[in-house]
Amino acid sequence: MEENLLKTCLYDRHVALEARMSPFAGYDMPIQYTSIIEEHNAVRNGAGMFDVSHMGEIFVSGTDAEKFVNYVFSNDIGGMPDGKVLYGMLLNPQGGVVDDLLVYKEFEPDHYLLVVNAANIAKDFGWLLTNAEGFDVKVRNESDRWGQIALQGPKSEEYLTGVLHLDDAASLSFYSYMEMSWKGQRLIVSRTGYTGEDGFEFYAAEDIICDLWDVLARAGVTPCGLGCRDTLRFEAGLPLYGHELADDISPLEAGLGVFVKLDKDNFIGKDAVVALKEEGLSRKIVGIELDANAVARAGYEVEAGGEEAGIVTTGYHSITLDKSICMAMLRKPFTELGTRVDVRIRKKSFPGTVCRKRFYATHYRK
Amino acid sequence: MSKTVAGLRYSESHEWVGIDGNIATIGITDYAQHALGNLSYVDMPETDDEVTKGEEFGAVESVKAASDLYSPVSGKVVEINTELEDAPERLNVDPYANWIIKVEMSDPSELEDLMDEAAYIAFCEKEK
Repeated sequence: MEENLLKTCLYDRHVALEARMSPFAGYDMPIQYTSIIEEHNAVRNGAGMFDVSHMGEIFVSGTDAEKFVNYVFSNDIGGMPDGKVLYGMLLNPQGGVVDDLLVYKEFEPDHYLLVVNAANIAKDFGWLLTNAEGFDVKVRNESDRWGQIALQGPKSEEYLTGVLHLDDAASLSFYSYMEMSWKGQRLIVSRTGYTGEDGFEFYAAEDIICDLWDVLARAGVTPCGLGCRDTLRFEAGLPLYGHELADDISPLEAGLGVFVKLDKDNFIGKDAVVALKEEGLSRKIVGIELDANAVARAGYEVEAGGEEAGIVTTGYHSITLDKSICMAMLRKPFTELGTRVDVRIRKKSFPGTVCRKRFYATHYRK
Repeated sequence: MSKTVAGLRYSESHEWVGIDGNIATIGITDYAQHALGNLSYVDMPETDDEVTKGEEFGAVESVKAASDLYSPVSGKVVEINTELEDAPERLNVDPYANWIIKVEMSDPSELEDLMDEAAYIAFCEKEK
């Protein structure tokens, strides 16, 4: 057994549900409760809930908060309204990605919440502190004090209002949030997620998160593990840090250029992104649809006409689409849609066709 | 409790072997299909390929991972179950009715290293 694994506040519930547990980002996390396919379909067709308490919550406040966040964040938070949420990245000076994250504009002037990947909490916190020099800001890592649940799927709003009675949050538009309360304690509710479906994410102290989980479980919401979290985000073409994003991958290569605002003032990584844009990309992440049902896994090699073309970053036999697809980092010119490529799977070559990486049409609401 | 079938031989990597003369029919056990979860693809060798006892001869793909299949005996592949190409889920439904390959054994004495049903049941208990 792995030593020193961290446990989220919902750990005992996962064990009681006999979830298959596995180490992830230093935490002992549920991979599946019953089956990845059942849980995946619950989110696509009904509602599922995920324990994502391992995610990091870093708070930034102070007179220079807006200036500082805009200096480290690729998206533009200038004049961001209270209650708005923005996706973007922390870039390094080479234009690679330190992490991808959400920035919440809190309902107080000069206050922001940064929600970061569990695997990168220490790295991001260190990065923010290092770069905060000269800015009048306070950066607080409160990851240990916050639990988080993601309620995802087309029926999420029904559970939000009918079961949790958080009716006000039903009016939230996608990528916005509200300050609410649960049993007299602070509860953050945002209309966000990582599945390609409508849904909400709840942030609160651990006992509140446990209570919310129990209420949703009693109402019949399907507990969902990290296994289907990955198959769901993958179908929707959403990147996972460590696969489609890394310290040496540019957001342009990952197809996330829209989240890098080159028209804003100087920010870390801007020069490198501008330079790469002028020079042109030599590689890009694309989708590949295989002819056969063999599964292209991360790290498998891709060839085109006998030439090395790139490497698979994530791949599955898609549960929703019932075909084998993958995302891959390919060299140009093999990134052209319709290019025929071969994926090396174990000892054999499996032919496939380059396609768009958003395999599944997302169903966001509002 | 995983199902087993009397009269078959079993490997520690959870393949079963049915014996008919010098032909070994090979599949995966109920314990294996349960541990793997829903299967989406079976990677099989071709007819006339040589397989070696203890070495990988193919793989089964579940949602999360590919798992190698290990041959319990050595010999030549004489038949593959082509039905699995389009319907890998048959291995989940009934792993004993759906074999994967048939091998003409080059050394039938290798069968002595495999477990009988009772020994395999005990082995699975310990694996838990």
